[in-house]
Amino acid sequence: MHIVVVGLSHKTAPIEIREKLAVPESRMGEALTRLCSYQGVREGILLSTCNRVEVYAVVDEIESGYGRIQDFLADAHLSLSSEQLTPHMYWHEGDRAISHLFRVASSLDSMIVGESQILGQIKEAFEVALTHKATGIILNKVVKKAISVAKRVRTETKIAEMAVSVSYAAVELAKKIFSDLSEKTVLLVGAGEMAKLAARHFIANGVRHVRVTTRNPQHALELASRFGGTAVAFEEFREDIASADIVLVSTGAAHYLVSEDDVQRSVKQRMNRPMFLIDISVPRNIDPAVRHVDNAFLFDIDDLKTRVEQNRGERLNEAERAERMVVDEVGVVRQWLQSLEVTPTIVALRARVDDIKQAELDKTLGRLANLSAPERELVESMASSIVNKLIHNTMVTLKAEVNSSEGVAFIEAARRFFSLGDPAVSNVNESASSASETCHSSQEDIRGIDELAPRTSSKMPDH
Amino acid sequence: MGAMFFVVTMALYFAATVSYLAYLLWPTEALSKVSLGITAVGFTSHSIALAARMIGAADVSPPGFHEALSFSSWVLILVFLVVEFRHRLHVIGSFIVPLALISLVFAAALPETAPTLTPVFRTLWVHVTLSMLGTVGFAIAFVAGVMYLIQDGLLKSKRFNVLYSKLPALDFLDHLNQQSIVTGFPLLTLGIITGALSAEFSRGSYLNWNPEQTWALVTWVFYFVVLMGRLTVGWRAKRAAYLTIIGFAGVILTLIGVVLKSHGPVS
Repeated sequence: MHIVVVGLSHKTAPIEIREKLAVPESRMGEALTRLCSYQGVREGILLSTCNRVEVYAVVDEIESGYGRIQDFLADAHLSLSSEQLTPHMYWHEGDRAISHLFRVASSLDSMIVGESQILGQIKEAFEVALTHKATGIILNKVVKKAISVAKRVRTETKIAEMAVSVSYAAVELAKKIFSDLSEKTVLLVGAGEMAKLAARHFIANGVRHVRVTTRNPQHALELASRFGGTAVAFEEFREDIASADIVLVSTGAAHYLVSEDDVQRSVKQRMNRPMFLIDISVPRNIDPAVRHVDNAFLFDIDDLKTRVEQNRGERLNEAERAERMVVDEVGVVRQWLQSLEVTPTIVALRARVDDIKQAELDKTLGRLANLSAPERELVESMASSIVNKLIHNTMVTLKAEVNSSEGVAFIEAARRFFSLGDPAVSNVNESASSASETCHSSQEDIRGIDELAPRTSSKMPDH
Repeated sequence: MGAMFFVVTMALYFAATVSYLAYLLWPTEALSKVSLGITAVGFTSHSIALAARMIGAADVSPPGFHEALSFSSWVLILVFLVVEFRHRLHVIGSFIVPLALISLVFAAALPETAPTLTPVFRTLWVHVTLSMLGTVGFAIAFVAGVMYLIQDGLLKSKRFNVLYSKLPALDFLDHLNQQSIVTGFPLLTLGIITGALSAEFSRGSYLNWNPEQTWALVTWVFYFVVLMGRLTVGWRAKRAAYLTIIGFAGVILTLIGVVLKSHGPVS
């Protein structure tokens, strides 16, 4: 029984290949059924996004498993043969396969490291697999673990917090001035692309009040309706600055549109409530002297770019920390997988019942001090025989089922019934314990993953 | 027993201070949990020390400055724990915990039962408790002010360092500043009134313009003006931060005045 991954991603295959292999959501069920019908494929999950197409599976034999999954992927498109795919594919098994899944889920393998959509996509793929009963005890546990690892990476590292675009850097800075953006007003002056993008980021981060002004009043009206805001006459916008908490300026004007006095007056009108001014225009449209005004914070395009550069560097550091977490977590799963092997389970079971037997014997014989030696032996052998008979069937079944499709479930059950769990992996054991056959799903599983990760509805990242 | 817990508390607050200061400069978040853990244990120990003192002596001896400072240190940590749990704002510990430690160290430097003229213990307990609660309010406002000025400075100079990423948003700090004064001011007012009452009982006059009382009144007027300025003419943000820092200096001077008066100048 081996965990494998076979697939291709933006790192190994051009878009022309990836788009041919991509499986649309509507045909996902059919594809999974086909995957599970290959001989030697016990469990499978199919992840198809615009940046990667991957199959994670539990197979009987690694080499034949690789081949079958590659055939399966090639089958998706008539014009592709399995051989044509080979130069673009990667194949991993065991720890490396698990580690690959964890890295993908944590967005360490993404085109834009730290983006959040991949987690939602994995969740969706998992839900579809559960619905079509394509996964079993092993993949259920490993995928759930991947989701929780991704969540851990997101909360314990700052990988997802780093703004790597200029327009998003503006939002990040605003959050250091205003803790709650939803009650804030954005004034958009001019219709430069970057400013519009920044306005959109602000709206996505909760800003509800948008005011727009451009030289062309018609244009302002259009933009205002697009952002759900109001238009302001260009001639009067200086008087309007005070009503805005965030001022985004991006026009083609060759001179300063906003002077130090304008800002000074606005801050006074606002009774010293802080203002955040972003000048994305080149040449600049806000007088740099505004920096000297208390409670007004001016940032120009260079400041934002500096911030982005810093974030890129920090993101690399955070990615390294995330990689170390992945290594740790793979170790946890490895331990769990090892516990599913039959020999250690039988040894542990034997040791467990012998411990119980010995403890009970000591207790009883301690009270029966005046037994003769033959009598003591009799009591001891009775205890042994009860214990042996009790576990006999379990031992036989474990050995007999070791190669059947349900073997893992039997081992897992035996471990739970006799409390043979390894404390180090108990958290994995809790998270997915319900599967008792290869193809299993329940509402509980789906609820479980909902709690683990936020839902993302869109299938394609917009980067 | 109380004395032992007091020493343990001081050691733990010291460890927490070191840990929180390291957290402030280190890019990782992990230290915040360690620091919070130490603080929480220290707080428990502190509570036991205070309770032991209350049970042992509340009715037979008046509160001295030792108790007052130890109590205000305890309330500081309590407020910090509440803010931490509500807002998950670890960095505030880097500012409040050292302040609580300083307060506790001064408490340790003073004898447990201060020589006091007053036989009216209960009024005095109320006076001391209220004044200290008011002081804690101003201390939190001071901390918020310091954090505000640091973050303001970092934003203005565009230094996006570790401190910048750990400090919260400016308007949160300004709000914390306001809330602390709004809470602290009425408490101080009541503290002054009960103080005047106990002075009347013990000395026969509400106010005799000794340095302690004078400074207390000056402080009161100052915070009154600060509060009114904020509500009417917009003394918020940077100005409020400066004013609350200055105001807290006044509070500290008052306290030193009180201590010197009771224990005599250090020779």
